[in-house]
Amino acid sequence: MTSELIAKDRSVVTPGEEIAKGMDFLPSSGTFRDGDVIVANRTGLLRVDGQVLKVVPLSGEYIPKRNDNIIGVVDNVFMSGWAMKTFSPYNCMLNSREGVSGFVPKDADLTKFFAVGDVVMVRVFNVTSQKLVDVTTRGPGLGKLTGGRIIRVNSNKVPRIIGKQGSMVTMIKELTDTNISVGQNGAIWLKGKDVAMENLAADAIYKIERESHHAGLTDSMEKWLKENKK
Amino acid sequence: MNESMKKHLVKALSQDIRFDGRVKDQFRDVKVEYGVSANAEGSARVTIGDTIVIAGVKLNLAKPYADSPNAGTFMVNAELLPMSNGRFESGPPSIESIEIARVIDRGVREAGAIDVKKLCITPGESVWGVSVDIIPINASGNLMDAAGLAVLAALKDTKYPKVLEDGSVSYKEHTDETLPLNKEPIPVTVYKVGDQLLVDPVENEEFAATARLTVASISDSTICAMQKGGLDSLSIDEIDTMVGLAIAKSKELRKAL
Amino acid sequence: MSYDKRFDGRKFNECRPIEAKAGVIKNATGSAMFKIGKTVAYATVYGPREMFPRFMKDPTKGVLRCTYQMMPFSGMGERIRPGQNRRAKEISMVTKNALNEVVDLSQFPNSVVDVYVEVPEADAGTRCAGICAASIALADAGIPMKELISAVAVGRVSDKLAVDLDYAEEAHEEGAADIPVAITSRSKRFTLLQMDGDLTQEQLKTALQMALDSCDEITKIQQDAIKARYEVKNE
Repeated sequence: MTSELIAKDRSVVTPGEEIAKGMDFLPSSGTFRDGDVIVANRTGLLRVDGQVLKVVPLSGEYIPKRNDNIIGVVDNVFMSGWAMKTFSPYNCMLNSREGVSGFVPKDADLTKFFAVGDVVMVRVFNVTSQKLVDVTTRGPGLGKLTGGRIIRVNSNKVPRIIGKQGSMVTMIKELTDTNISVGQNGAIWLKGKDVAMENLAADAIYKIERESHHAGLTDSMEKWLKENKK
Repeated sequence: MNESMKKHLVKALSQDIRFDGRVKDQFRDVKVEYGVSANAEGSARVTIGDTIVIAGVKLNLAKPYADSPNAGTFMVNAELLPMSNGRFESGPPSIESIEIARVIDRGVREAGAIDVKKLCITPGESVWGVSVDIIPINASGNLMDAAGLAVLAALKDTKYPKVLEDGSVSYKEHTDETLPLNKEPIPVTVYKVGDQLLVDPVENEEFAATARLTVASISDSTICAMQKGGLDSLSIDEIDTMVGLAIAKSKELRKAL
Repeated sequence: MSYDKRFDGRKFNECRPIEAKAGVIKNATGSAMFKIGKTVAYATVYGPREMFPRFMKDPTKGVLRCTYQMMPFSGMGERIRPGQNRRAKEISMVTKNALNEVVDLSQFPNSVVDVYVEVPEADAGTRCAGICAASIALADAGIPMKELISAVAVGRVSDKLAVDLDYAEEAHEEGAADIPVAITSRSKRFTLLQMDGDLTQEQLKTALQMALDSCDEITKIQQDAIKARYEVKNE
């Protein structure tokens, strides 16, 4: 029995759809083997990498992952740290040692550092099997974000919005003179000196979210931004 | 939205630019569709930006209230379904849904929009009961105004079912007779964010608002219902400005019907 | 009298015209509209998200929670009082049972995946339409699923077996049997089976086979709806 692809590479597949036949293919994330057929077990984009088949998600809620930089909102202040909402099913914990550099006295008022409602860029450094999430603000680009606004996109579109080595988001920052921090959880913080330019940056991000599966997006976005700059 | 982000929003509003590019007194695109649910006696779907609300009217034969034997009955109900927004929970009506229903009810009732005397079939015994249900499909800000417009459009769309010889109602057949609608009250809600006033908020603008005033008015600018919401107080000048803005905007919305 | 021609002229193994669309409600994680004849069902999925009430949390996997409701103006008679009546509660339960087997929530401990089915217009077959919509919505929400679920009501109208009975057929004066079923799209197993009315075991077997055939067609429509969201429109 020769192995063959049933679905096309880079096509959208649905749960239960048979993707390939034969024992030469290897089922990776989003797929499973059932006898000599490989089947998709979620909706997404089929990617064929040699013999490895995987389905890349196009939709769905963000689930915290180790080493992701995410934007959270402080929900509760405890003796030992802060609990934060992460725009995901799981809250995270920022321990006082991870949230503050330097010595923190035992009876310190932690709200001096982060209060309920504060928006913070954090990095996930541990996720347990029960999805308890530990984060830190120690590292470049992390910490409190004041003012500005938060917009939300589907977390699966974040790589496209960041671009190769940050090329896409850097281009938007430069052309709109707006500070942008992108969280892997799909929360994006923007702060520009000019509201109209900040709006343009937000619109650009939404546009990339809608058109993420189009080719040549970096060039078309640059063109679009320059045209709409006024 | 924390204080620093609220300040950022208010600063933008003071320059008359909102985060979606609108100016403060600008509505998103408004669309009204009639007859969206074939089993209802009348129905309509209103879309304001991403907010989508359906209203459906059911008529039934009822006994009139003892204190008004010649008048039909009228009731408005709102269900803020969890399907329309992740923050709505299943269960009995929330205070938010009750407020929407009651404010719109008052607007229609107090304007005398429906001539309830004409709903009477046999005084003291049999009248038409009009029930309107408001169902958001996607709630993305300004439910009150979308719901108010949907209720009005649904009432306009309503046709009586057929009454058979034995006095029972045949819902399968509708007549061509429409409800006796005299006036068309449209509610518009003006929100106060910081010291700025705006209409048709998106969700984050609603959360940042500290007070709001809903004003229902009819085509000759007569006010027929009002409701102030939110924890902050309003000065007499603010109220006057908000009322003027609401009346002006309701004229615009009227064109969408 | 023999029921030789269906009221609307359909063949006995023919469903009413179907229209399905995914991603119709922006706020939801996933959503769908499924219309069959005059029956319309919306399904919205929110989740995985934090589970409330807390006591329902399962530390080993996410929980699938289904709520079915008819809009007050959706029925063919009087207004339906809002709120979860007994019928709605039962349909909520069988909807969850119909979907649960194929859904894999092992990656989402302590969370809930909420599925809301709302019916704005009903002409029989509402629970099946709801399940079809829910299946599309779950796939649209990127929930891991081994396969889709397709559902249809088959049954007996007078002396004939038929697929997708409408309201008039269910109420046929010569008697009817209404059998809503849900079937897994690949392994062809039944996850919903209910019946009211009367018929023989032979008739049941034939009716179930008719359901299998109809669900093949319905699955294709569901798959197309899920994919249609991602079609690149040529500019």
